[in-house]
Amino acid sequence: MGVLTPWELRHLEEKLKRRANAVEQDIVGAEWSEHCSYKSSKKYLKLLPTKGRRVIVGPGYDAGVLDVGDGYVLTVHIESHNHPSAVEPFGGAATGVGGVIRDIMSMGTRPIAVFDSLRFAPIEGKGNQAQKSRWLFKNVVKGIADYGNCIGIPTVGGEVEFDPSFEDYCLVDVASIGVGKKEEVIANRAEAGDYLVLVGGATGRDGIHGASFASKALEAENRSAVQIPDPFLEKLLLEATMEAVKQGCVKAIKDLGGGGLSCCLSETSDSLGRGFDVELSKVHARETGMTPNELMISESQERMLYVTDAEKMPALQSILDKYEIGYSVIGKAEGHKNLTVRQDGKVVADMPSSLVAHAPHADRANKKPAYLDRLKKARQPKAINLGKALLALLSNPTIAGKSWVYQQYDHEVGVRTVVKPGAADAAVMRLDNGKFVAAKLDGNSKHCYLDPYQGTLGCMSEGVRNVICTGAEPIGVVDHLQFGSPEDPKIFWTFAQAVNAIVDYCNFMEIPVVGGKVSFYNETSKGAIKPSPVMGTLGLIDDRSWITRSALKQGDTIFVVGETKPEMGGSEYYEYVHGITGGQVPQVDLATDRANGVAVMKLIRNGLVGCAHDCSKGGLAVALAEMAVTGRTGFRVNIDKVPSTCNRSDELLFSESHSRYVVGTSKSAEVDQLLKSEGVKFAQVGRSARGRAEFTKGRKMQISLPLAKLEQAFGALSRIMQ
Amino acid sequence: MKIGIAVFPGSNCDRDVHHVLNNVVGVQADFIWHTKDRILGYDAMVIPGGFAFGDRLRAGIIAAHSPIVQEVKRLAKEGTPVLGICNGFQILVESGLLPGALLMNHSLRFVCRWTKVKVQNNSTPFTRSFSKRQEFDIPVAHGEGRYVATPDIVKELKKKNQVVLQYSHDDPNGSTELIAAICNEQGNVMGMMPHPERASESIVSARGSGEAIGIFRSLASFLEQKAVA
Repeated sequence: MGVLTPWELRHLEEKLKRRANAVEQDIVGAEWSEHCSYKSSKKYLKLLPTKGRRVIVGPGYDAGVLDVGDGYVLTVHIESHNHPSAVEPFGGAATGVGGVIRDIMSMGTRPIAVFDSLRFAPIEGKGNQAQKSRWLFKNVVKGIADYGNCIGIPTVGGEVEFDPSFEDYCLVDVASIGVGKKEEVIANRAEAGDYLVLVGGATGRDGIHGASFASKALEAENRSAVQIPDPFLEKLLLEATMEAVKQGCVKAIKDLGGGGLSCCLSETSDSLGRGFDVELSKVHARETGMTPNELMISESQERMLYVTDAEKMPALQSILDKYEIGYSVIGKAEGHKNLTVRQDGKVVADMPSSLVAHAPHADRANKKPAYLDRLKKARQPKAINLGKALLALLSNPTIAGKSWVYQQYDHEVGVRTVVKPGAADAAVMRLDNGKFVAAKLDGNSKHCYLDPYQGTLGCMSEGVRNVICTGAEPIGVVDHLQFGSPEDPKIFWTFAQAVNAIVDYCNFMEIPVVGGKVSFYNETSKGAIKPSPVMGTLGLIDDRSWITRSALKQGDTIFVVGETKPEMGGSEYYEYVHGITGGQVPQVDLATDRANGVAVMKLIRNGLVGCAHDCSKGGLAVALAEMAVTGRTGFRVNIDKVPSTCNRSDELLFSESHSRYVVGTSKSAEVDQLLKSEGVKFAQVGRSARGRAEFTKGRKMQISLPLAKLEQAFGALSRIMQ
Repeated sequence: MKIGIAVFPGSNCDRDVHHVLNNVVGVQADFIWHTKDRILGYDAMVIPGGFAFGDRLRAGIIAAHSPIVQEVKRLAKEGTPVLGICNGFQILVESGLLPGALLMNHSLRFVCRWTKVKVQNNSTPFTRSFSKRQEFDIPVAHGEGRYVATPDIVKELKKKNQVVLQYSHDDPNGSTELIAAICNEQGNVMGMMPHPERASESIVSARGSGEAIGIFRSLASFLEQKAVA
């Protein structure tokens, strides 16, 4: 199967100054796939701000590394497994978890949490499409649960969004964070003569051409390109790796993921600056008669490459023997700079590693899609019963409670989970130095479709708001950029817009991008997905007393920080309640976004608020309803008080304007004073109350619902999936 | 006083139990790898939760045949306290140290959430610091946690006061008689599905303030008393 384009093959052979044989073409084909090489996106990713005072290792490695003080580091990575999950949801999602966890391990750190961000077509109704979406959703969640639960890493957070553009498809993004000691972070170095040890699962014919499969539109369901998960083996690998790191018996680690040995060996050899001489007959395989091509591009799971030297080898071997993990010494690091691959002594491939590891950039044209201007204008919906609209939004699976999902995940193992799923805007985990990390994944395909630049800014703003609401200061982000084919100039334009947004937001807020991933070709015969960047935001909490949840409490006075504007494009109210796609999406004003965030952070850190929640999908009304349901406490809010430029009540209640927060406090005078001195737009809008959720306009009742009704609506997702 | 924590390939609550015993309760606890066929100098054993041997074949069955469990059986016979948590409970049942079986939850799904249990027997080494019928918050996390036994066995268990903890009207899995923990006739071997190590510190407790630490404190005080005697 020729996976290199004619132009790429010509480029390769020009550099080699000879013909490339079939094995070499497969190796390079895997490494130069979009999935592994970032050939379309690299030029743009270089623009991302990656430096910061905490950044030890930025993007480009298996995981980003951040200094959290006291000799400890935090590692983070994000991956997706979209194509495999759309074909085989259980195995695809499970192996996605496995891959991202190995990235964290590769840095010598222990994974402490997994997050997942999932996107499917709508799951409501009896139609075939809804049934298929439910099947995908159910099995993706089960795949993540089975894998994460078995290896004992808690899955503590994430998000789920439903949109018709994911018909017959799904997006499965998995992120992981890890912790370790700064001095134990793998230095990744090697000397000539060092051993290359392939550890873990035996290599088989599964996942052949997986990287290439993921670098094309999903046309045929290629099941042989999907890998098979074995979480038990991953758990053994994890413990063995941690022991090897503690004992200092590995010099470099690399996980085997997309592209198998081809990518692992070429990238490691290139980054270490050492040639590799590899003998394929040494590879422990699960099938006989595998060809060199198959061995080099198989994506069999749960495999790692360790580099060690003669002195440390016995210690490493005894650890692997203790855990009864299969391994093979497949070759050595050399003084030269080539990747030399042999089968039974005979050279089957021999190319400079740097040539293999650096695909020539693909220059992609970009052109603003015409639909964007057309969709700027949308019809205004007729006013409907506001209470009914609120209940409809709460029972919208994108917004409804996700307990059906997170109760299937062991989110407690490791005894680090301080803020549990559903209790706040982000998960909070305790670290070994007495500090806490808050983390959250956010995306919004509906906003990003209508305005990829503002939509992406909005995802970043939401991520930052989420971690701030738990009491954290944002310290880094990872981005996962998911689009259709980069060969389509209109799609590529949306990608470039998303990157611009991340660059602008991170530069302004001085938050570094510490890792990320690009996933193109997310399309089926029915078309491309909506642009779906997903941002992972990390925040640090220094003091236990800062940790804040979103549950409203009896006796709370409610404040809203930030201004509500009639920005209804892409809102759940327009899309889910009225079926309108179009309009102006919420715009992020960077200075206001920062000022509001800083003000809320100060409120929390001065101990002035009891609960905090950001306004995002579903707007202010949904945010308050969520706080009420979580806290089992009603409220009465006068919408005339809310800082706003809206004329219509429905817009004020359901607009998804950014940079807004809702806080509850028993110290309203101090909150008032602090917010005034911060110079942000805010207002005291109401109080908590018993048993009912009520919105008034002046004296006129707009919505009055018993809490039980809200709870019932919020439980919709669990009922659909029962 | 020293407590041993059995570690199998696939155990994943071993480090959590180790943390709570050493750093919160303040007793020495050590990991013991499953191949160990002679355990000396340990006053109690904990078999922690996880997926020993990846739950292959059936949860707990392979671990039940490991060298360390043969030692645990010997120690149990000698009266040494043995606590099995979650997968540890499954292992104790598979090894014949406790009666009954743990089957797939009624929901057919893995369930991780907080619930409440009630102490029905406060005379075991693991529950002596609780008062009878005391309720406390504790999370479960299991796929196969539904305790079942024949009516005869259940009758026997109740008669001999071997039902130690029951879920208090918030049943996460469909267990017979809401059973959350049972002990052997002598009371020195207890298996429980909920995770006390996850509810031993207020900072990680979703509800309550970590009262489940009473399980480990009970054990520590029992061993202390035994040492004095």
